Amino acid sequence: MYQFLFNITGNEIIAGLITACIPLVFILIFVLFAVWFERKVSAHMQDRLGPMRVGWHGVLQTVADFVKMLQKEDIIATEADRKLFSIAPVLVFAGSFAAYAAIPFSSKLLGSEVEVGIFYVIAISSLVVAGILMAGWSSNNKYSLLGAMRSAAQIVSYEIPTALVVLSMVMLTGTLSLDKMSQMQTAHFWDWNIFGGPTFGFAKFLLIPFMFVGFLIVYISTLAEVNRTPFDIPEAESELVAGYFTEYVGMKWAMFMLSEYANMFSVSAIITILFFGGYQSPVGYLGNTLGAPALIPFEQGIWFIAKGIFFVFVQMWLRWTLPRLRVDQLMTVCWKYLIPYAFINLIIIGIITLL
Amino acid sequence: MKNPEEIFEILKKEFGESILAIDKDVPTEPIIAVDPMYINKVGQFLREHEELKFDSLMVLSGVDDANGTKIKDEDETEVISGGTLSVYYHLHSVYLKHKITLKVSTPRDNPKAESVESIWKTADWHEREAYDMFGIIFLNHPDLRRILMPYDWEAGYPLRKDYKNPEFYQGMKVPY
Amino acid sequence: MALKTETMVLNMGPQHPSTHGVLRLELELEGEVIVNVKPHIGYLHRCFEKHAEVMTYPQVIPYTDRMDYLASMSNNFGYVVAVEKLLGIQVPDRVQYIRVIMAELQRIASHLVALGTNGLDIGAFTPFLYLFRDREHILSLFEMTCGARLLYNYMWVGGLSHDIHPDFVRLTKEFVNYFRPTITELNNLLTFNKIFIERTANIGILPLDTAINFGATGPVLRGSGLAFDLRREDPYSIYDRFNFEIPTGKGLVGTIGDCWDRYYVRVLEMEQSLRIIEQAIDPIPEGDVQSAIPKRVKPPKGTVYSRTENPRGELGYFIISDGNVNPFRIKVRGPSFVNLELMGELCKGHLVADVIAILGSIDIVLGEVDR
Repeated sequence: MYQFLFNITGNEIIAGLITACIPLVFILIFVLFAVWFERKVSAHMQDRLGPMRVGWHGVLQTVADFVKMLQKEDIIATEADRKLFSIAPVLVFAGSFAAYAAIPFSSKLLGSEVEVGIFYVIAISSLVVAGILMAGWSSNNKYSLLGAMRSAAQIVSYEIPTALVVLSMVMLTGTLSLDKMSQMQTAHFWDWNIFGGPTFGFAKFLLIPFMFVGFLIVYISTLAEVNRTPFDIPEAESELVAGYFTEYVGMKWAMFMLSEYANMFSVSAIITILFFGGYQSPVGYLGNTLGAPALIPFEQGIWFIAKGIFFVFVQMWLRWTLPRLRVDQLMTVCWKYLIPYAFINLIIIGIITLL
Repeated sequence: MKNPEEIFEILKKEFGESILAIDKDVPTEPIIAVDPMYINKVGQFLREHEELKFDSLMVLSGVDDANGTKIKDEDETEVISGGTLSVYYHLHSVYLKHKITLKVSTPRDNPKAESVESIWKTADWHEREAYDMFGIIFLNHPDLRRILMPYDWEAGYPLRKDYKNPEFYQGMKVPY
Repeated sequence: MALKTETMVLNMGPQHPSTHGVLRLELELEGEVIVNVKPHIGYLHRCFEKHAEVMTYPQVIPYTDRMDYLASMSNNFGYVVAVEKLLGIQVPDRVQYIRVIMAELQRIASHLVALGTNGLDIGAFTPFLYLFRDREHILSLFEMTCGARLLYNYMWVGGLSHDIHPDFVRLTKEFVNYFRPTITELNNLLTFNKIFIERTANIGILPLDTAINFGATGPVLRGSGLAFDLRREDPYSIYDRFNFEIPTGKGLVGTIGDCWDRYYVRVLEMEQSLRIIEQAIDPIPEGDVQSAIPKRVKPPKGTVYSRTENPRGELGYFIISDGNVNPFRIKVRGPSFVNLELMGELCKGHLVADVIAILGSIDIVLGEVDR
């Protein structure tokens, strides 16, 4: 993408800026859609209708909420630490947004072609923890502090099973770059990693159950990373009012919400790239059958976004069905169950790749 | 399963003058009157005796008997002096399935009674409420302070018959 | 050198999303573990007992509605049974049957709120809405009868305020048939959900003798294993004519007397209430519901303590009459007032998140605690 723009404009800075802004625009539109989608999904699951009045079936509801948020008074508590209080939401959003640099939306639309794709993503999304701790501490509120500490513990712990499963996928595909991983899972769905990867052979069928286990482990861990139920203790409404963002109003609170939904999409995106073929279509391309190869990147983009939205939908589905885990039970699940299984998975996949 | 007269006989044999009388003719239940300073010993006995086994205190209520002399105050309201404040205890046994009502009467000017909190833990908050509403002091209660009214309510005990609302409470006007 | 630590005092203040009203819980924490809990009440005190002394006996009835506002029919029932005992009057059979049906429907409605909010506090948002949808059916039955959805003023001394609508019997039978499968749905969704069981089993265990000593009644006592129900022990109205079981906690997924047992006792009680309604709805005798209402309620001098089975426990009315048209003293023994004392006992050694689970399982209504 950067090359393409550089060729057009001839200027490094403008090309770089536009490449950076495309994911930002995508995030903003996605959040508008995701908030509406969550409200409709939760409403239909709970036997009611959700927003119906603003626009057709409420699609403009988020726009209305956003306008309301813009005109709210920005209150900072007297005893709060002003600088940290203001920087915290920015830091949290920056951590979520920076992960989009390495995620390929299609074969031509990639933010920056770093060789260390997935490694970069995992590292930069840990900025979020720093932001959350800052938010909790600077609010000068016992509830916020409790929420922030719990959230930090949760995110840091659940990065370990994520990293282990990602490591096993890296072993399998032999590359860290997300773009190359997507390209390796060529064009039909039986070549996706969840079904064993593109190389045909005995090893492929052996891998399938372990791929499923890996997928489940990484899905549960990333649910915890984005603080969604059943792991939403930092935001547990009925216990801590709103956890680490109790004291935030207006635009600062909107930044936290933005970064939460951005995070949700980015982890769904990582899961689709690792296991479900990234931007590859399961059934072949219209561009190929119609003979117009220029159409293919657009189709890939559509498939990628559709798969991401499907996993976001499953995350929402789980939120409205399951109750919440207590903080020590959450830690038990991570350290006593997910990490041992992830390790065993890693070792077995390693052995199979040697075959 | 015993009826109140039999229970009265057992108590009278054990405690003598602390058990004052049994009031049988009034509807709907007989009431045994007990001396206020001995109510905790009576309660302990009632809970532990094998034929009685009253292990549950259903309710403990303070009552202003309003049987003193009514004196007219300066601003045309009545103040009662003399007379008694009473506490009624309703006990019941879960396993032997009988009930009894006890009553203690304390003088209005110095209302003191022994606390039964160590015998039945229910009495903790009930006695605090009787103190809050009537001013009855329960001796040996671990934490006797107001429960329903604000902790710094100075103007008296609301459920007494001669209670008057204060004008102001912490700068807010009280009467509507 | 040992580190000197202090316990942190956290206030779950009068305004909090899950303290079921205005209750202030002062928690003393050591990290996340609770050392002590002190409830502070009195924020909703409306001086019911003082008001009752200046009104006549029938005028007190709307005030009794507002004490436990989620179970108004049962509050009315307790009061009129007490006054009728003091007066010594008998009410016609039709009135008795309708009173029992209303009280059991109210028990189901109240348990629906209790179970829904218990789930909501644990984090399960959806069962709350499903249960409220079912509660709407009961509330429209009540609205058809007396015009109100929440505070009814329906049972009067000696009779009822309105007779039932001609469609009431048919609609109640339809409701009973509709409701049975939704209890199964609730069990599948919430009761046997692994995460819910993790949050509530073995939490807040209440041994039986502590329960009796603290005066706990209702599902709290039955959850600890004792089959004690006032409709069997001390039958009032015509409850001795009906067949129903008394569910108790058996420690199915934890220890006897934990939060899950109290929750499950309420689920089973809803089923038993449906049984009572089915037995009572057909043989309602004919008659006039207002024939036994006395013109002036002037009981003789005396006292009465009568207790009925509220959805939350034993609701007791202690009425002292001195022969006038106004009561001399009414003391209400609210079950939530007594059950709330257990909070200090049950929460020791648990985490902050468990306080919410325990409070939800005790099921208090602040209107009854503070009166």
